[in-house]
Amino acid sequence: MTKKEQPATDEQMIKFYQTGTFTVGNRLLDEEFRTVQATSERSNSIDSGHRACQGCGQALGARYALDTAMRVTDNKIIAANATGCLEVFTTPYPETAWSIPWIHSLFGNVASVASGIAATLKAKGDTTTRVIAQGGDGGTTDIGFACLSGMFDRNDDVLYICYDNGGYMNTGVQRSSATPGGARTSTSMPVGEHPGSSFTTGKFLPAIAMAHEIPYVATASVHDLHDLERKIEKAMSFRGARYIQINVPCPLGWGSEPAKTIKLARIGVESGLVPLFEAEHGDLTNSTKIRYQVPVEEYLQLQRRFAHILKPANVDQLETIRAIAEKNIKRYQLL
Amino acid sequence: MLYQMSGSIAVAKAIALCRPDVVPCYPITPQTHIVEHLSVLVKSGQLENCTYENVESEFASMSFCIGSSAAGARTYTATASQGLLYMMEAVYNASGLGLPIVMTLGNRAIGAPINIWNDHSDAMSVRDAGWIQLFVESNQQAVDVHIQAFKLAEALSIPVMVNMDGFILTHAITRVDLPEQEQVDQFLPPFVPRQKLDTEAPLSIGAMVGPDAFTEVRYLAHHRQKEALAIIEQQAKEFAKIFGRDSGGLVKSYFSEDADIVLVAMGSVIGTMQDLVNDLRNEGYSVGILSLRSFRPFPANAICNALKNAKQVIVFEKSFAVGMGGILASEIHMATQRFVGDKLIIKSVIGGLGGRTITKKSLRKLIDSANKNELDDEVFMDLDGTTVVRELKRQQEEQSSGPVAENILRDIGVVSASKTH
Repeated sequence: MTKKEQPATDEQMIKFYQTGTFTVGNRLLDEEFRTVQATSERSNSIDSGHRACQGCGQALGARYALDTAMRVTDNKIIAANATGCLEVFTTPYPETAWSIPWIHSLFGNVASVASGIAATLKAKGDTTTRVIAQGGDGGTTDIGFACLSGMFDRNDDVLYICYDNGGYMNTGVQRSSATPGGARTSTSMPVGEHPGSSFTTGKFLPAIAMAHEIPYVATASVHDLHDLERKIEKAMSFRGARYIQINVPCPLGWGSEPAKTIKLARIGVESGLVPLFEAEHGDLTNSTKIRYQVPVEEYLQLQRRFAHILKPANVDQLETIRAIAEKNIKRYQLL
Repeated sequence: MLYQMSGSIAVAKAIALCRPDVVPCYPITPQTHIVEHLSVLVKSGQLENCTYENVESEFASMSFCIGSSAAGARTYTATASQGLLYMMEAVYNASGLGLPIVMTLGNRAIGAPINIWNDHSDAMSVRDAGWIQLFVESNQQAVDVHIQAFKLAEALSIPVMVNMDGFILTHAITRVDLPEQEQVDQFLPPFVPRQKLDTEAPLSIGAMVGPDAFTEVRYLAHHRQKEALAIIEQQAKEFAKIFGRDSGGLVKSYFSEDADIVLVAMGSVIGTMQDLVNDLRNEGYSVGILSLRSFRPFPANAICNALKNAKQVIVFEKSFAVGMGGILASEIHMATQRFVGDKLIIKSVIGGLGGRTITKKSLRKLIDSANKNELDDEVFMDLDGTTVVRELKRQQEEQSSGPVAENILRDIGVVSASKTH
């Protein structure tokens, strides 16, 4: 692609909205704009046959993210994985779904393990091999938080990908610090005066990553895989610590239909609850505008974890969630 | 070449001679001087092609080691005490994954009560972690055993921990013969990893292993440690040949085959014991010492061999399992039962806790008691019984008697007497 043909800005000239549903088939696009997954040359970093649940957002997100990273680095990726769904469903002994060099050490240390790999590459003068660390939201925002912050502080040459499904789904859907307020989990059941997860001040890691002023931070969602691929590619164009948080619906933990994963990812974004943006060196550089805003109820009603919120008795919780969406829209300029 | 330097600086220089690729670290007393000096060596360019990183915790430090070692780097770090506990999950993980990391443990007590001084409770807390654990008696041994540690770790693809008494060795300025680079290069070949994260030959490390294979994986870890028994002896000989001094092996006997009473111990206390044994033998006592240089693998055969003529064994250790007693004593008991039988009398002595000075005088009292067959089965050397009884009485009389450590400090006058309570 010459520079002239290349989309000039992040707001691509190509309109992906063919049907009003925000979806478009790869086959409707010119070849150069199709996703990595549409080509037979894709690396299949995570091969088929793994044991993710039907409709797993994380499996989808990880496949696109890793294959994109492989493409842009000429297949020179080493990946480290935190304990969690992605680790478990890809490596039941003696099988592995990974066709790339891959290591799993512990739940809370993936950022440090990845830093150690990057340190080796540096010591050996290997400038072409790149390192990706990945974990779920629990492994990122809770137990792995200190290691991740250290990796950011040192600006180690690692892309950290957090697959955010808002809870500890692998251990049976417990609350994490990324669980949305009001959501039912097995440690925040919809009982008592304040049903569901408490509305804490939260721990929005993309903003915390920005506060570290690392070269690149982005949020992405599995309903817009072109955008996810673009962000991975962009992340790989930087050296130093980078953070991408991908919103990945979890049918098991959210109590949603597997077939609704993409829709949920999309209306999560369109409701304002999942802001998509990019930041460089601590400054916001781009946000994805909401095209057709949907009320938060539309997002909540597809998930059993929020069922109690739509009852009249819990209207105050609904109001709080609406306020969160509005705050996101304002803060990240989503409209 | 001969130098006068602290144990920590000597170890740092020895590590540099081993050409590590990656050194992450986190400060904790009393090992800090080792990693401080390594930072100077790397930053000044004296140690080339090495990535040094001061990370944010010991847990991160060992995790960093896991990543770098798995990526094919010769990897080193150091810690002590609370730091070891903070990295514990990664300590087990490193050995479980079979990564040949070398770590110095500047042995220090574990709190609470917080205490920065030397004992072996940190080393004993990881006795089942799957690491090879070597102990050194002197700073010369510290230098020499670290060089052997890399070769041992890499031969077996398991991590090695070199235990070096905090302050007593780390901070002591003594004569040290530092080897030449050519000697170290001759002894220690470049690192060829058994497993490596490599884009040219991708593999998965750290998969979920269920009941179908877990036993076999764990057994092989045990098997590798048993293999180490022979390799440690063999490498000690090879080392002696190149460097011209004996500085390794599984155990070191000091008249132990030829003594009625044998002291068994690990680490720097051996020096004090040797002084005492010299005195006592001059006086006609039949005493000897057995120094354990390898604690894991546990050299049961070598121990039995060394103790086969002994009548009474006094196991001296700087830590104990609360609610059980001497750890080393119980392991020596188990090992000798099988080979020597019940006729050997084994006494357990706990001493030097939290840095309490171990004097020849106190050790001599033990020998004298043992000689008269009057030594108790379990002895806490130099325990202040009066203070203990006073606190026990306080607890009996008053439910809210307050924190034990602070009460005792007040009793013995460390805390200002002006405080009222």
